[in-house]
Amino acid sequence: MEPHSEMVHWLFAANFLLLGLIMVSRVIVGEEVWELRRWRIYLAPAFFFASGVLLWPVMAFFTNSAIHMVAHGLWAQAMMIAGGAELGLVKGKLHSRWWRLAMPIGLAISGTAFLVHEQNPWLFARSAFLHHLIGWTLVGFAVFPLGLVWRPRSSFFQSGFAFLALAVAVMLFCDRDLAPIFGHLSPLDGIQHR
Amino acid sequence: MEESQQFVRSAPSTRSYSGTRALLVSALGPATALGGLVWAIAQPDRITLLHPHHQGFWWLFVEPPLLVMVVGLVFARLIARPLIADLETYQPEAGDGAA
Repeated sequence: MEPHSEMVHWLFAANFLLLGLIMVSRVIVGEEVWELRRWRIYLAPAFFFASGVLLWPVMAFFTNSAIHMVAHGLWAQAMMIAGGAELGLVKGKLHSRWWRLAMPIGLAISGTAFLVHEQNPWLFARSAFLHHLIGWTLVGFAVFPLGLVWRPRSSFFQSGFAFLALAVAVMLFCDRDLAPIFGHLSPLDGIQHR
Repeated sequence: MEESQQFVRSAPSTRSYSGTRALLVSALGPATALGGLVWAIAQPDRITLLHPHHQGFWWLFVEPPLLVMVVGLVFARLIARPLIADLETYQPEAGDGAA
């Protein structure tokens, strides 16, 4: 009765797509308009925190090796801390700007978790390719939330961060459990089911 | 007096800038839903509802192009609509011309 792991990826993709749209719209309207309704400032941090929480059942039900379990557990913790720190900052409970470092560190840990738990090379199958691509994208694009530590209202850094969310959504939607990538599919991966 | 004249002169450009932003925000949701529709047409095999026999719950529940459409509609209804209303009523303070 459990969903296939590709379905879990698609559900997370939908989550990241909505998050990306929220972040893009925030960049378009500007901080002043965005903050006119109090609930809106909690949206993006709450999405990150919820992503972290939802990664726990993924760790519990969809990991089949120790490295998988450690990577997903670490990743869930990093996302929860990043989301929680942002929630604390927008609520006013946290004041130091250094709490903003939780987000780039969380994304770098998430990217590293993607890279570490993918044991196969890039062209082994589509899922392996996407794990490598998402991992390096998260690590590389962590520079945008890092820039927000010093310039929290910078449209450039906010745009880059929003693009990251949308890019991750697209990549997760492309994921299949068993599918070729650029015509390559290792016979060791099995036979494509649909 | 001079200040108020400056404000009046900058008002039309401020309004048009807000109008552009409102247009962009209002386009995000429908554009996303349209993306999902195009995907569904391009890859109809990703819509399990079109051939639902002998499919389990999850194959019928999680269908990526439909998820994209739902996200676009949810965003348009719950996020974009109140945001555009705020954008239209927002009065930037004098000297805050870019807002």
